[in-house]
Amino acid sequence: MNSFLSQEVPLSWYLMLSAVLFSLGVTGFLIKRNLITVFMSIELMLNAVNLSFVTFAHQWHAVKGQIFVFFVMMVAAAEAAVGLAIIIAVFRARATLAVDRIDLMKL
Amino acid sequence: MHLVLFLVFAGFCLAGAINLLLQSHPINSALSLIVVMASLAVLYLLLGAEFLAAAQFIVYAGAIMVLFTFVVMLLNAGREERTLGSRAARTIGFPAVVAILAVLATVILHLQGMGTAGLSQGITTTEELSTVLFTKLLLPFEVTSVLILIAILGAVALARHGHGEREETPAHHETPERTVAK
Amino acid sequence: MTILQFFLWSVLKVAVVTVVMLLGVAYTVLLERKLVGRIQNRWGPNRVGPFGLLQPLVDGAKSFLKEDMIPAGVYKPLYVLAPVLSLGCALISIGVVPFGEPKTGPGGLDLFEISNVNIGLLVILGITSIGVYGIALAGWSSNNKYSLLGSLRSSAQLISYELALGLSLVGVVLVSQSFNLRVIVEKQAEKGIVTWNIFGGFQFVAFFIYLMAAYAETNRSPFDLPEAESELAGGYNIEYSSMKFAMFFMAEYANMITVGCVATLLFFGGWTSPFGNLIDPPQNVFAHALFPMFWFVGKVFCFLCLYVWVRGTLPRFRYDQLMRFGWRFLMPLAILNIVATSLWLAYR
Repeated sequence: MNSFLSQEVPLSWYLMLSAVLFSLGVTGFLIKRNLITVFMSIELMLNAVNLSFVTFAHQWHAVKGQIFVFFVMMVAAAEAAVGLAIIIAVFRARATLAVDRIDLMKL
Repeated sequence: MHLVLFLVFAGFCLAGAINLLLQSHPINSALSLIVVMASLAVLYLLLGAEFLAAAQFIVYAGAIMVLFTFVVMLLNAGREERTLGSRAARTIGFPAVVAILAVLATVILHLQGMGTAGLSQGITTTEELSTVLFTKLLLPFEVTSVLILIAILGAVALARHGHGEREETPAHHETPERTVAK
Repeated sequence: MTILQFFLWSVLKVAVVTVVMLLGVAYTVLLERKLVGRIQNRWGPNRVGPFGLLQPLVDGAKSFLKEDMIPAGVYKPLYVLAPVLSLGCALISIGVVPFGEPKTGPGGLDLFEISNVNIGLLVILGITSIGVYGIALAGWSSNNKYSLLGSLRSSAQLISYELALGLSLVGVVLVSQSFNLRVIVEKQAEKGIVTWNIFGGFQFVAFFIYLMAAYAETNRSPFDLPEAESELAGGYNIEYSSMKFAMFFMAEYANMITVGCVATLLFFGGWTSPFGNLIDPPQNVFAHALFPMFWFVGKVFCFLCLYVWVRGTLPRFRYDQLMRFGWRFLMPLAILNIVATSLWLAYR
């Protein structure tokens, strides 16, 4: 009982999880046809990468790895603000969110 | 205990990510992404990054995803048609995904000297984090604040542009067909 | 202490706190109806039980027994999830609130706090920010344009005021140099009322901002736009009936209590007495454990009365006034407060 409770997890499992999440994010980016969901897949990829940053920070006892995650979060926030504003602008011009119909580089 | 918590929340993560792909309605996808992010916050906590766990929860789950659901609600985005992606995605994309995963998996499985994570190991306190952030990495920190400011201005500019356009052509919203044809 | 004992104690604490919290919610409703009644020169509920004390039980039974209607066009999974999410978030955040002396239980156990978290304050902020989903999803899944407009209106309000709320707390964190609620309280305990953050820490501006933002966050008057029943006929919860409506209602009052608790901890010295160490702490074990509880509950009670007083006094803001107040007044004021506090801490 006690050995089960104090069992530790190898860090490579965390890295594996991160890799799988990243691949799922890429897959979502490829198969989703809605602009907003495509954008969400990008966020998923960013999150997966963050997980491996935190794992490596734990491995090397380095605070800088965690601070990098902090920066990634800020960039993701900025990206979400601008990206969603662009999505709204595209929707106003085209009245659709399907990526197949948004294939011209002008509004 | 660590093992149990890891398995449970890693399971939530994977289930959420897979559900994100399977759901056809954007709002369901958004909710599954929130599940992924919240479970990731717990995993950060297990790895001893408590401030990051809170930041992940507040910034991602509480702010960014609220923005996403807000936009989904605002645009009343409906179900998407199911496809398997474009031809480029099918021919290059999926093999590439499999290749990336395979490469990453082999590298990770052959990693030497990776430690383990347990409940008894120390946590990074907010003080340690902020000491490094505000002394050694002050310049990047300030640059990101400028980046955020620019992003805000960009978002406002985009939103205002659309607003002005609508005022010029008030018939815009009644005739979406015309705009699509254009 | 073995892990099993720890687990059992935690379950017990969670159960007791949840029951007390729900009872508190029920009787806050009664308190509000009574006090607003007196403010408007009428009696308030006084028929069921002595002084109307059984009124909450009867109200609860009524909402249970009403027909639980689910309109035809709703998106059912989210329609059911939304009130649960709302109430859940409102109840969870009490889990990190300490409401009594530490280490009073057997074996140095924290009897008066479910969990002592290093980042307690951030946990509360995070859970509050998740609460927005309850309202947003309720309006969207109801498939009703009035619901949708109401929920967009109120989520915009919550998001806007969350910023001011978070920024107002930065001053307190700067003064007490910790996110741990227990540490924040202990820093204020020294000389009682003089060293409370609101006076000794010069955080009265922060307290003012926090109070305003918290009223908006909990959808209370004068910012109760989400449920402006007299002019907008309700908002996000217009399609809800019976127990699901009651859950939104309870979530609002649970949030009120949480906000009162947080304000007490951050600005008013938590469970410590206002006289500091002028009066010796009682030696009796029970008195030693219960006296702090008394102060804590008393302070939270004062906050609840303040809520009701404001509701009985002030008219409702208009929506544009609400937004302008949040963004153009509270936000800059909060930033100024942070700058002033840091300057004061650097050069004192």
